[in-house]
Amino acid sequence: MSELTKLTLKGALDGLAAGSFSAEELARAHLDAIDAANPALNAYVLTTPERAISDAKASDARRASGAAGPLDGAVIGVKDLFCTDGVRTTAGSKILGNFIPPYESTVTAHLWRDGAVMLGKLNMDEFAMGSSNETSAFGPVTSPWRANGSDRALTPGGSSGGSACAVSADLCLAATASDTGGSIRQPAAFTGTVGIKPTYGRCSRFGMVAFASSLDQAGPITKTVEDSALMLTSMCGHDARDSTSLDISVPDFTSFLGKSIKGLRIGVPEEYRIDGMPEEIGRLWDEGVEWLKAAGCEIKSVSLPHTKYALPAYYIVAPAEASSNLARYDGMRFGYRGQGGSLTEVYENTRAEGFGPEVKRRILIGTYVLSAGYYDAYYLKALKVRTRIAEDFANAFGEVDAILTPTAPSAAFPIGEKQDDPVAMYLNDVFTVTTNLAGLPGLSLPAGLDKTGLPLGLQLIGKALDEGTLFSIASVMEQAAGFTARPARWW
Amino acid sequence: MAIDAATVRKVAKLARIAEPDDRLEPLALELNGIMNWIEQLGEVDTNGVEPMTSAVHQALPMREDIVTDGGKPDQVLANAPKSAHGFFVVPKVVE
Repeated sequence: MSELTKLTLKGALDGLAAGSFSAEELARAHLDAIDAANPALNAYVLTTPERAISDAKASDARRASGAAGPLDGAVIGVKDLFCTDGVRTTAGSKILGNFIPPYESTVTAHLWRDGAVMLGKLNMDEFAMGSSNETSAFGPVTSPWRANGSDRALTPGGSSGGSACAVSADLCLAATASDTGGSIRQPAAFTGTVGIKPTYGRCSRFGMVAFASSLDQAGPITKTVEDSALMLTSMCGHDARDSTSLDISVPDFTSFLGKSIKGLRIGVPEEYRIDGMPEEIGRLWDEGVEWLKAAGCEIKSVSLPHTKYALPAYYIVAPAEASSNLARYDGMRFGYRGQGGSLTEVYENTRAEGFGPEVKRRILIGTYVLSAGYYDAYYLKALKVRTRIAEDFANAFGEVDAILTPTAPSAAFPIGEKQDDPVAMYLNDVFTVTTNLAGLPGLSLPAGLDKTGLPLGLQLIGKALDEGTLFSIASVMEQAAGFTARPARWW
Repeated sequence: MAIDAATVRKVAKLARIAEPDDRLEPLALELNGIMNWIEQLGEVDTNGVEPMTSAVHQALPMREDIVTDGGKPDQVLANAPKSAHGFFVVPKVVE
């Protein structure tokens, strides 16, 4: 494969600026890599080669005329829940069928404004409901990573499994992703990549296929912390078409990289040291603490006492919102339509045939907890627990500037291993879901390998709107970790 | 068991998802497994706690009540499973 696909986003932008290669060459190298890898990895559900080449040529022309944008010529992949004007968007579901949006999501519009070039749409769990990319109507994504001496297919995590896979297998320079309970950070941890979910409201949700609107937030998956800052700076920004979009300026997140973190107070929550977590994850966490101590940070133990209730609260709030959001899929105006003798039968068959088992399970749970007689006992209770979880963080952030935790309770697991046990699958998000409930930013970066050679991630949680501090800390930790492992090419 | 086959049938009806009879029992088991795990929320003291309905601490923005988009019937209908003469075609609603 071409050396061009091995570049980081920043490396590629520097090469383009120096004239070492053209955006067209960069795009062709990646399209060739996708052709070679996708039959084995299934990261892309759709490639857009003609558009990529023509957009790359346009980028080269802009650069020649001195009008290059901050991401000009950067080839990226787009998670298939961002609506792309004229390009099929399915959210990994059969029910969207051959839906071709006549509009563009705000997040992707920002990326195109800055010159980025789309390679295609990336696989994902159906409606972002899953932690292993196995619920996709297009079939699972296979991680480019394998355990030492094994050829067993592993999950890249989920729901942004296609995004994480494509970035770690050099099938794009960076990818968009989305995170409702950990769907950016857990796959990033599983694949040795960097993922950030910004503060709720930083990225517009306009044009993102909705799962749970009070939790959904876009963010990038990238090869490095610097690339993450570059992508996030472009993706964020106020949008009047999303009423929860924050009307505040977006800093240049790259300006926080390499800053001294001396004197920062880092919290270590003891509640995150859970039963059954592999010892090596605990050790890596301790190692992360040592890196930060060496950089002059003050380490403090903090308590987040309601941590264990975050996942059960999430599995009321998210399905409740999903059952409402997904009511729009009725087979009348767009997407798949089933057959039936009456209107109700058409609705019921459309949804029975169009949704996969996990999506149906969550719609049923959501409908149940919102139904008469259960609303107060379940839904209202969960919203109150959500307040408790947000209070935990508010209290902790009175004493510390950021919090360090593991990203996921295990390394990547084999495809098929947890499919039959929903609760075991849900537990993947035990460390990430808390920040979605509280609306806080969380960043996962690769910190080491487990004993079988699989990547493990550490997570930094920040105060609302304080992504900058997370980038400062993450760039120091990235240096200290010296994580250079790459998956060996077997595809 | 909190959720039995009859409850699944009722909830599936509310959600407009056809579930065959032989799926009701297995689904009841699955949903009970999940709901039993969720029951631990009962341990949390939430007396006097306000429910958190949004992660954004700002007032809902208002805009002028005017048409900002429209006049695109072709785009609106472009993804319709069935359309004719500028309308969606849907199954008969009135008997």
